[in-house]
Amino acid sequence: MTTAISTSGLHKSFGRTHALDGLDLEVETGEVHGFLGPNGAGKSTTIRVLLGLLRADSGAVQVLGKDPWHDAVELHRRIAYVPGDVTLWRNLSGGEVIDLYGRLRGGLDKDRRAELLERFELDPTKKGRTYSKGNRQKVALVAAFASDVDVLILDEPTSGLDPLMEEVFRDCVIEERDRGRTVLLSSHILSEVEALCDRVSIIRKGRTVETGSLTELRHLTRTSVTAELAGPPNGLSALPGIHGLDIQGKRVKLQVDTDKLDAVLRQLSESGVRSLTSTPPTLEELFLRHYQEDIRDEAEAVAR
Amino acid sequence: MTAVADTRAAAPERAGSRDLAGTGTLLRLALRRDRVMLPVWVLAIGLTGSSALGRMKSTYETAADRAEVAHDMNHNGSMRSMLGVAFGDSYGALTAWRVGVFLAAFAGIMSVLLVIRHTREEEESGRQEALSAGMVGRRAGLTSGLLTMGIANAAVTLLIAATLAGEGGAGALALGLGVGLTGLAFGGVAAVAAQITENARLARGLATGAVGIAYMLRLLGDAAEDGSKGSGHVLVWLSPIGWAEYTRPFANERWWALLLPLAFAAVLLAVAYSLAGRRDIGAAFFPPRPGPAFADRSLHGVYGLAWRLQRGTLLGWCIGIALAAAGLGGVSSGADDIVGDSEKNREIIERMGGTQNISDAFLASMISILGVVITVQAVGAVLRLRSEETDQRAEPLLANAVSRLRWAASHLVIAYLGPAVILLAGGLAAGVVYGAASDDLGGQLPRVLGAALSQLPAVWVVTSVVVFLFGLLPAATTSLGWGVVGVVVALGWLGPALDAPQSVLDISPFGHLPKLPGASVSATPFVWLLLLTAVLTAAGLWGLRRRDMSN
Repeated sequence: MTTAISTSGLHKSFGRTHALDGLDLEVETGEVHGFLGPNGAGKSTTIRVLLGLLRADSGAVQVLGKDPWHDAVELHRRIAYVPGDVTLWRNLSGGEVIDLYGRLRGGLDKDRRAELLERFELDPTKKGRTYSKGNRQKVALVAAFASDVDVLILDEPTSGLDPLMEEVFRDCVIEERDRGRTVLLSSHILSEVEALCDRVSIIRKGRTVETGSLTELRHLTRTSVTAELAGPPNGLSALPGIHGLDIQGKRVKLQVDTDKLDAVLRQLSESGVRSLTSTPPTLEELFLRHYQEDIRDEAEAVAR
Repeated sequence: MTAVADTRAAAPERAGSRDLAGTGTLLRLALRRDRVMLPVWVLAIGLTGSSALGRMKSTYETAADRAEVAHDMNHNGSMRSMLGVAFGDSYGALTAWRVGVFLAAFAGIMSVLLVIRHTREEEESGRQEALSAGMVGRRAGLTSGLLTMGIANAAVTLLIAATLAGEGGAGALALGLGVGLTGLAFGGVAAVAAQITENARLARGLATGAVGIAYMLRLLGDAAEDGSKGSGHVLVWLSPIGWAEYTRPFANERWWALLLPLAFAAVLLAVAYSLAGRRDIGAAFFPPRPGPAFADRSLHGVYGLAWRLQRGTLLGWCIGIALAAAGLGGVSSGADDIVGDSEKNREIIERMGGTQNISDAFLASMISILGVVITVQAVGAVLRLRSEETDQRAEPLLANAVSRLRWAASHLVIAYLGPAVILLAGGLAAGVVYGAASDDLGGQLPRVLGAALSQLPAVWVVTSVVVFLFGLLPAATTSLGWGVVGVVVALGWLGPALDAPQSVLDISPFGHLPKLPGASVSATPFVWLLLLTAVLTAAGLWGLRRRDMSN
């Protein structure tokens, strides 16, 4: 089996709100899959459907080849989940919660538990309410990483972690991948996604808008080009895929869809190139493009 | 907003008002949040008096009737302990006798719930922290909570005084103030309890426990001595509920007794304020102790977890009910030195306890009240499921290999078996004390124990109504659940006093139980109650399996 998680055409409404509107998601076995989208895009709703906590209105869901709504218990033995906002019981210590979660999953690796506690610098004897936000996240993370499971579902797991702990978290995710486990990582921290994820899916308004490896996604965006030419440029405006063309004498600034870059470079070199800088899109630009469409749509909706 | 002025005046002499900055806004927030709960409490407490007055007028038509009932009831220790002392035989005085101590106790419970809800619960949830980051003074949270409680008790006082003024303005005011100031006194207890523990549940338990203790002190004191003939037993004077009673509304009012709850409240509020100004937001005075680094074997799964979460509450209930039941058992043994042959008195007793044997009737009505009170524990245990769900602790738990039914069952075991254990403890305590006092331990213990356990099917019906709500109407579970408890408690406690018709009493499952010990028993009501329990529980669990978990 190569697909650990797959959904297609997932719909879920809460009253009049359409949280999921035909969402597709494919996570391959053994990969770290980034799950991105603006606030309210439906990431957590998707995850809760994957965990069988919500029932989808329509569409197909499979996790490890099973239906999470019907086979929840059996499936959950092989899944560890870390929510973005961990709440603990006030009178249970962190160590007790870690052990409890371990017992309720496939089991807990004792040595790994001890090692993780040390790496995350977590005191397991403190009681639930006395932990800070970051430390509550650590309790759930230690419980998840020390569990003997096949799939980790992490919903913004590093909220509240300091940069050092963020580093420990990244190491742990990489170790999980090396051990062949599948990770679904919902996150807003783009550097984290860039460092960890083999593939990403970007969702917006309950729909998947893009999915693929980072290289593939980059290909879909625009590269910025600035050039100083020997003579005045010609024919540029006729080329497809060019945006924001700005010609001032022999200086040219433009953005081009990355898959149309080749034609542009050829056209430029016909005029003779004195200097050229070309900047690939940053991950931020990639995401902002999608996030901003959301903001623009909202502004239009308000204007209407 | 005064807050603007306060920030300018940073001088030390303005420290007091800076501590209170934002109180008005918080008060409006509290009143907005309680816009349903507060009027319901106030009207229920405030209008019971006039309703009871109507009852008195239709039951005791002649002065001779009134004199007889007052004399006979005061003559009997058990009756005094149950209802309090009748200080006079006017309609006003009889009304105060019939419902006064109940109203004072209810005002106390209302005040505890309000104060904890707006102080410690806000802190525990973290909401207070967000509010306190605004222009909100250190003591504003406590002050707004206390003002809410004060407004409620003032409204109760005015309502009672206004609706009973026709029987004598002074007496109506004395009864109203007695009830309202008892509320204030227990509001003070709650304010202190909210400062000394971080745990809202524990704070609420401690403060309602104080109401229970005050009620028992009044009950035991009245049983021991007829307060209408002297100044009353010392135990009564240790109880805020006793102070309200011994203000003697409508019977040559003892106004100075009202100073006692006032002084009591003033001291407690001063303590609460001084503690509130000194501690950290969210913290308490006992620093939390470290726990174990590893879970022991008892925390092996969801059952271990539910037990761990609820065992303290259950233990508290067992001890509290056993102590109360022991007291009641002791008091009941005095009931046999009978009241006289008045037809009217027999009617009252039959209505309350169902048999013509006074001590059986007394025991039956007391056991019924215990049964009704225990629904609070059962419903609380079910609602734990809902709070686990809304506080987002259930979700990560259910993301493990735990089915919803198993998770629900872990708490429902405590909701269904908890009342059985508590009734067992209460029945044993009452039976042993009553049996020993009446020199018939072997004969009385099984009767009393059986009577206590006979309450169980009715408790279960209430429990299963809430399970039903949890499965099918999750968003309304908490408010409707407590609403059901409120109706059942009101009917069980005040229904007989108001002489409510049987069709109204039948709304409560407790209305269908035979009045034990003493009454004849048939299986029919039990079978129906158990059947209803099974159907409601099954429907609730079916709904839980099918619905979305909310967050």
